[in-house]
Parts: sequence; structure tokens; C-alpha cells
Amino acid sequence: MIPELGNFSLVLALSLAVLLSVLPMVGVYRNNQLLMTLSRPICSGIWVFMVVSFSCLAWAFLHDDFSVAYVARNSNTLLPWYYKFTAVWGGHEGSLLLWVLMVASWTYAVSLFSRNLPLDILARVLSVMGIISVCFLLFMLLTSNPFDRLMLNTPAEGTDLNPLLQDFGLIVHPPFLYMGYVGFSVAYAFAITALLTGKLDAAWARWTRPWTNTAWAFLTIGIALGSWWAYYELGWGGWWFWDPVENVAFMPWLVGTALIHSLAVTEKRGVFKSWTVLLAIAAFSLSLLGTFIVRSGLITSVHAFAVDPERGLVLLAILLLVIGASLFLYALRAPVVKGSASYTATSREVFLLINNILLVVSTAGILLGTLYPLIHEAINGEANMVSVGPPYFNTIFLPLMAILAAFLTIGSISRWKKTSLSYLKQQLMKVLVSSVVLGVLVPLIVTREVNIGIFVAVTLAFWIVFGIARDIQVKTANKTSIVAGLKSLSLSYYGMQIAHLGMAVIILGICLTSHYSVERDVRLAPGDQLEIGRYTFIFEGVSPVQGPNYVADAGEITVLKNGESYLSLFPEKRTYRATGSVQTEADINVGFFRDLFAALGDPRGEDAWVVRIHVKPFVFWIWLGAFLMAGGGITAILDKRYRVRETKNLKAKTSEQVKSSGSTDLLGEAS
Amino acid sequence: MLAHRQQKLAIVMFIVVGAALAVGLLLVALNEGINVFYTPTEVSSGDVSQGQNFRVGGMVKTGSLVKDGLDGTEVNFLATDFCNDILVSFSGPLPDLFREGQGVVADGALDEDGVFRATQILAKHDENYMSAEVKASLDAAETETAEVCHQ
Repeated sequence: MIPELGNFSLVLALSLAVLLSVLPMVGVYRNNQLLMTLSRPICSGIWVFMVVSFSCLAWAFLHDDFSVAYVARNSNTLLPWYYKFTAVWGGHEGSLLLWVLMVASWTYAVSLFSRNLPLDILARVLSVMGIISVCFLLFMLLTSNPFDRLMLNTPAEGTDLNPLLQDFGLIVHPPFLYMGYVGFSVAYAFAITALLTGKLDAAWARWTRPWTNTAWAFLTIGIALGSWWAYYELGWGGWWFWDPVENVAFMPWLVGTALIHSLAVTEKRGVFKSWTVLLAIAAFSLSLLGTFIVRSGLITSVHAFAVDPERGLVLLAILLLVIGASLFLYALRAPVVKGSASYTATSREVFLLINNILLVVSTAGILLGTLYPLIHEAINGEANMVSVGPPYFNTIFLPLMAILAAFLTIGSISRWKKTSLSYLKQQLMKVLVSSVVLGVLVPLIVTREVNIGIFVAVTLAFWIVFGIARDIQVKTANKTSIVAGLKSLSLSYYGMQIAHLGMAVIILGICLTSHYSVERDVRLAPGDQLEIGRYTFIFEGVSPVQGPNYVADAGEITVLKNGESYLSLFPEKRTYRATGSVQTEADINVGFFRDLFAALGDPRGEDAWVVRIHVKPFVFWIWLGAFLMAGGGITAILDKRYRVRETKNLKAKTSEQVKSSGSTDLLGEAS
Repeated sequence: MLAHRQQKLAIVMFIVVGAALAVGLLLVALNEGINVFYTPTEVSSGDVSQGQNFRVGGMVKTGSLVKDGLDGTEVNFLATDFCNDILVSFSGPLPDLFREGQGVVADGALDEDGVFRATQILAKHDENYMSAEVKASLDAAETETAEVCHQ
């Protein structure tokens, strides 16, 4: 009964979504206030029914209702209750349900928090969101209904959730990632609205920015959690593999980053308008491409639940519809939203343009690398298969990001419209000299080793950090005290600087851990020792352990630091009862400056095991940097100017009125 | 007007330089990053030269896995497409889903003795998983078995 209720709610949500995509839009063109006003209650209706539907599926999981095919395939009575709950999004159908629930939540949030939007704009935005909901609800109901029943032969026991997914990482990773993916649909809806109305002014950019920042922050955390999960759960200590699935999540993030910067220019200076719209379309299209590639089974991976060509085709149709329709509209309407302000070759506009080009080019490179095996196969036939490995992606991505980091400081300290070279020189000379000197000396003194790559990375990190300090110093110079100066800076300015600091932290984390990690695979018998730097790892042996739904061989490794007792690591090799599948559980001692990582390989001879032991300096900084970035994005939207309710004032304020001298900071108050 | 043109020129120049840089990087990167996939049959018929990096895929031949009596963490096994075998040598922990009689993909190169020195054995995520590459190579092997092996 409950699953039918869930199914029925889905159908109701679909009906309402159809209304949402049609009625407000009709209202706009007939100038019918009532139809436009209807969009708000419809949004709440869709959201309520999606919540009901989601709860019904969760209920089916928690009550082991194996008559529901999806539950039977992804759960088991032995599964702890919290994994039963997260198994809701552990497979294709359920994760699609979560996806649509997210769309509904974002739509509802837009209808709640956009009281200051003119009604006709809101009606268009919500209509576009409605169309997206319709597409995905139809897709779910027609090809992948999570409530399909196995009435005649209900299994007594479920197949079990994939052991890899029985983990805290899975509880949080997909919801965050989806919030990010789907969140770009709001920026997309705003972009389509701008094309429809032909109005793309500072007010439009100001409405769009908080939504884009929020989506981007969620996506940042989602990707960071995914990487963290891969680090400890895939069992082998890597944190980024340039796997197609990672790439398709990373591409919308890169384009979203470009979008955030281009929106800043559009708001402050009224230029890059059509470019901003194109980026918004691209960010959401790449999110859809990600969903398509992952869900269609085109590329096999842990995320590819469905190897079903029919589903792939329907998704491809949705993808082509969204991209095709919006690019067509863009071709028709882009000239209407053209910007007109002028700027010179060393203005902040140009530095942000450079930022955008670098981000878009790296996205294009990653896209090519991700799709290349498919293209190659399509051209040369199935027998000639290739794979594109990390060397390709590193060769493309790392130099571009180094250039991006170099321009980051220049861009954020420069001014709108015109910045003289002598000004930049005056502001940045000390920063440049000190970061190069420290960037070379610090690694040299600490490691006594010459490595150009590390010098460059550390220099860039110092360059960003000192640049931030210098910028804050310049901006607070004419205030009475440092505290007064710091108080005078806006939250959105702090957001920008926190996110940039995150970039410096990530650069350090990635480069230091890649270069200085010590990774050993050794065969250890009980009592054997391994020394890495200050640490001594003593293998104490392996003993059997019982878990709720698995049995495990648990190893014990005593770690000494400088010869003194320090801590113990307990890596496990689990065998899950329901499926008999084997899963490596690494044990990691997380530290601010280093992680100690141990994983059990396979048994070799009498009591001996192959053990993988890593000492990974600064690996924590990768995730720390990502969280700083996300925190920066959130801080920026807390700025009070996004909560100004005086719509008339906002509309009157065109970008031309913003004088370059009056707004020296990227995200600060428009004067 | 002049300033306007200069500005346009600067942007165009920047885009041209950027595009050239990007294309250059792409070409270098594609050269380095692409691994071609070969079946054991293709390897034994001499399609691959010694030292060249490539991927090989097939089934782990039942009974061929040797773990003990070798140095350190080394293992040896035969990867087969039921037509030809290739001896694969690997140092390190084997992935959880590595089994005799199951599909495997290995990255690496041939040494002077014709042994495939794997730098990576691909860990697969799912019990039911068989990569498109392995499946295709096994399909190809079956047809070749009919055509080549029984000649």
C-alpha cells in the first residue's frame, strides 16, 4: 500500500509539474496575474508530493518490503537501519528520485526566497524549472520507477547494498553532489528568463548570484566528499583518479566557477552578458551530461547502475532537448543582451576574462579526454579500444591551473575599467619577491631537495596568500584602525578571499601530498617491521572479527614515532555475507600535517599479508581547501545587499552607474 | 576609437595565444596519456614492441596464479583470451575482486623476456562487472579461437 502511495505521489507531482511549466508562462504572455501567482502554490505542491514519495520509498527500505523490486535489489534484512535508509539513493531509480526531490526543493526555495523578484520574472524562472521537473519525472515513471513491484515472487531476502556503498561517505556524498548539480538548474532558469525577456542588468545578476554560489558550494563539498570517500573506501589511498565519473562532476564545477566570476563582471560592469548566459547554460548542460554518462552505463564505473540502452536514449533525448533548445534560443536572443561598457587591457574585467578562458579551456580538455575513448571507438570500431589516463589530464590541467593561480592575485587586486601597470607593480612587487623567495627557500630548507614543480606550487600558494593580505591592507589603509578597517569590508569580499585562500590550501595539499607521500607495498609476517621516516610500523598479525552483516580479517599494526609507542591501526578485509563480496577497509590516522594509511592486501603464505602503508603529508589540506572554498561561497551570499528588498531601487541601478573608483573590490557594495 | 580597437586586438591576440597553447598542450597530453588496449593474442602475434606502455585484458587463467616463493609482494599469473596466454608479473596487493577465472585488465609494458610487467591491476568495483574492454576482447578471442586457433 505504501509503495503505491509513493507512486501515486509521483504521478501527482508530475501533473503539477506540467501545470507549473505551462500556466505561469501562459500568464506571462496573457499578462494574467492570477496564472503567474499560481506558480508559488504549485511549487509547494510539487515539493510536498516529492517528499511524500521519497518517504514512502524510505519506509519500504526500513520495513524490508522486498516486494518492491528496487528494495529487493539494494537492501537486505541484515543491513543496519541507517544503511537501509541511505540505500534509498544507492541505486539508479532511487538516486533519480533524490535528483527530482532536489529539483523540487530548489524550485520551492526559489519560490520562497524570491519575494523581491518581479512577478513576471519569477513566473518564467519557475516555469523553466517546471519543464526540467517534467522531463525527469517522466523519465523516472516511464523507464526507472523505484516503486515497481515483484508481486508474484517476492523474494524472502534482498540482494544487499553494494558493500562499497555501506559507508558514511555515501550517506552524505550524493545529496551534496545532487544539490550542486541540480542547483545549476536555477542559474539556467534565470539565464533562459534573461534570454526570453531580453533584460539582463545588474539586478538580474544580483538575483542569480546567490543561487549560483549556493549550488557551487554544494557541488564543491559534494566533489570533496566523493574524493574523500574514494580515498578511504576504495581502499588504496588515491584521492583523485581522473575517472570519467569524477570528470563529469568536475566539469560543471569548473564552468560554475567561471560563471561565478563572470556574474561578478556582469553585475558590476554590465559586460560579458551573453557570455554569462552561455556559461549558465553550459554549467547545467554539463550537469545533465554527467547524469547521462553516469546513468547510461556508457562508461562502466561504480556509479553506473543502469546498463540499459533505453534509459540512456531517453536521457540523451532530454540532454539534447535542453542543450538544443537553449542554444537555439541563445542564437536568437543573445544579440539583445549585449553589453556596452568599455574597459582597457589591464582592467579587472580582462583578468576575469582570462580566468574564464582558462577554466573553460581546461573543461574542454577534460571533456575531450573523457569522451575520447567513446569517439575513438565510434570511429575505429569496438576492437580498437583506448583509454585516456591521468598523464593526459595532468598535462592539460596542472599548467592551466598554475596560470590561473598566477592571475588570481593580479585579478583580485586590480580595479575595474582601468588599472595601470605601475599601480599593479607598486601593489604586487613585494608580494612577488617574497613569495618567490619563500617558495624556493622553505621547501629547500625543509627537504634539502631541488624540485622545480614544488617550488612553483609553494610560490603560487604564497603568492595567493600574500596577495590576499596585501589587498586587505590596501583596502583598510585609510581607516582609523585595523579593526574598523576589517569591519568596513563586506561579507562578499571576505567570501571571495576565503575561497581564494582555499585555492592556495588545495594547491599546497595536492602538490605536497603527490610529491612527498611515501607509499609502500610490503609483505609482512607477524612481528615484521617497516620504517618510514620517523614512523615504525609493526605488523602484529590478523585475527577474525564479526560485523553486523560481514565477517572480517582484522589486522593490527602498531606504530612507533621516533621509537616510542604512538598509536595502532586496524585495517580490515571484510567479506559480506549476503553477496560474498570482499571489501578492503583501510584504517587512516588523520592529522593536520600528515595521514598514516594502512590497508590489508591479500594473504601470502603462512600468516603473511601484503600490506599497503602510506605516510601522506598534507593530504588533509586538499579537503580543507575545498571546504574553505565552499565556505567562501556561502559567506559571500550572506552579504546584506542580497537581502535588500527594494526592488525598484535595484532595477533603477544600472551597471553604468557603478563608478570604478567607487567599487574597488570584486564583490563589494555597488555605490 | 583607437583604444577600442586596441582592446579588441588584445582580446583576439589573447584568445589566439590561449588557443595555441591549449592545442599544444592537448597534443602533448594525448601522446602521453593514451593507452591502447590489446588482447593476449595481439600481444603474442607481435603487435606490441618491448617497452611500449599499453593495456592488456583477459581472464586470469585458472590455476596459473603464483603467489608464494617469489620476491616480496610479487605475483605471477597468466591472462588469457582462450586462444593465447600472456604471463603477467605484478608487485603489490591484488584488488579485492581479483580471482582466477575472472576478467582482469592490466596496465604496463613488456620486458626483454616477453613478460608483461604490470604497474597497475585494475580494481573493479562490482562482482558482476566485466569491463567493456575485457568483454570485447573475450568476444574477439572467441571468434578468433574459431578462426585462428583451430587452424
